[in-house]
Amino acid sequence: MAYSQPHPRLSVLSNSSQSSVDQFSPTSSSARYSLPSAPSIHTTLGSTKAPGPRPNIYDRNLNKTRIAEVSASAFAFLFSEIVQYTQKRVSGINDLERRLNTLGYRIGTRVLELMVWRAESSSKAPKRETRLVPALMVIHTQVWKAVYGKAADAIEKSVENADEYMIIDNDPPIERNISVPRDMGGLSCSSFTAGIVEAVLDGLGFPARVTAHSTPTSQFPSRTTILIKLEKSVLEREELLKQ
Amino acid sequence: MAIHGLWIINKAGGLVYQRNFADGLAQLTSNEYLVLAGTLHGIHAITSRLSPTGSSSGAEVIEGETFKLTIHLTLTGTKFVLLTSLVETTAEVILQKVYEIYADAVMKNPFHTPEMPIRSEGFDSKITTLIGSGQ
Repeated sequence: MAYSQPHPRLSVLSNSSQSSVDQFSPTSSSARYSLPSAPSIHTTLGSTKAPGPRPNIYDRNLNKTRIAEVSASAFAFLFSEIVQYTQKRVSGINDLERRLNTLGYRIGTRVLELMVWRAESSSKAPKRETRLVPALMVIHTQVWKAVYGKAADAIEKSVENADEYMIIDNDPPIERNISVPRDMGGLSCSSFTAGIVEAVLDGLGFPARVTAHSTPTSQFPSRTTILIKLEKSVLEREELLKQ
Repeated sequence: MAIHGLWIINKAGGLVYQRNFADGLAQLTSNEYLVLAGTLHGIHAITSRLSPTGSSSGAEVIEGETFKLTIHLTLTGTKFVLLTSLVETTAEVILQKVYEIYADAVMKNPFHTPEMPIRSEGFDSKITTLIGSGQ
């Protein structure tokens, strides 16, 4: 696929939501990316004169944070604010889910890169998943472990449609404290996770549409299904690889 | 040994959550509950100024002939009130747990507006597991 302009999914403001651009960000595109500008780093370093230069987060060893954990409470509050912030800027549930998906997508691209680097960089024969089912297994276990600290609960293949697969999480950590009000029935905040999955699949070369749906059971009230709808090209390639 | 009801009063004196757990309480309308909560808020404010020795956090237990009312005041001014029978000894412990559930299921829920009535299924079900089925 060739894109004439930057991939629309990489921007929070994708083309389909042009109508709400004005209220979202009056300034130019630079505000979308939170890269610190170089001068501000230098001024803070110069003025404070802390004991020794503070280590820049970009210079830190990536493996240092490999087993580090984040407070679940702190993350729950942050994610809650993310949802509230997004909710203020959308016109409906679909739009809200799409934006959460986009935010997750930006994390997914980084998760894949970091995960592959950590797993394969030291290996003598680094490999990459090229078949669909192993790739889904990697998402089900490794991606989930890297992001949520536990594997997902199941992978299922759709009976009706050959191009649909489902990853099921019985108790998604990001939804543990969220109760969706009745008037927003169809909303699933796991669209964020769906975005991560979509980015990882894209990065591995399996373009797909990924959506999240809550499928509660009496035992698991926040059970969530991540639905993966693969593009035709992926299935065609799978057929060729089978032979 | 019985727990009759649970109230949560926000820092402005508004009743944001009310639930009965056992028969025997007089049935009141929601307006009457609001008035009672507002009155308790006022009484609590008075009791916090009555201490002869330094500052006080206000009334903690109010006992009647047949029931006991335990108040847990948080640092942010939210009050958790539990109506129990006189012999109930675990009221403080339960209120502490209710506060924990409130922090998890209400404050971390993006669809809750602070200081507004609590409508969260997660909170309801966790309170049910803690105290028992309500009405």
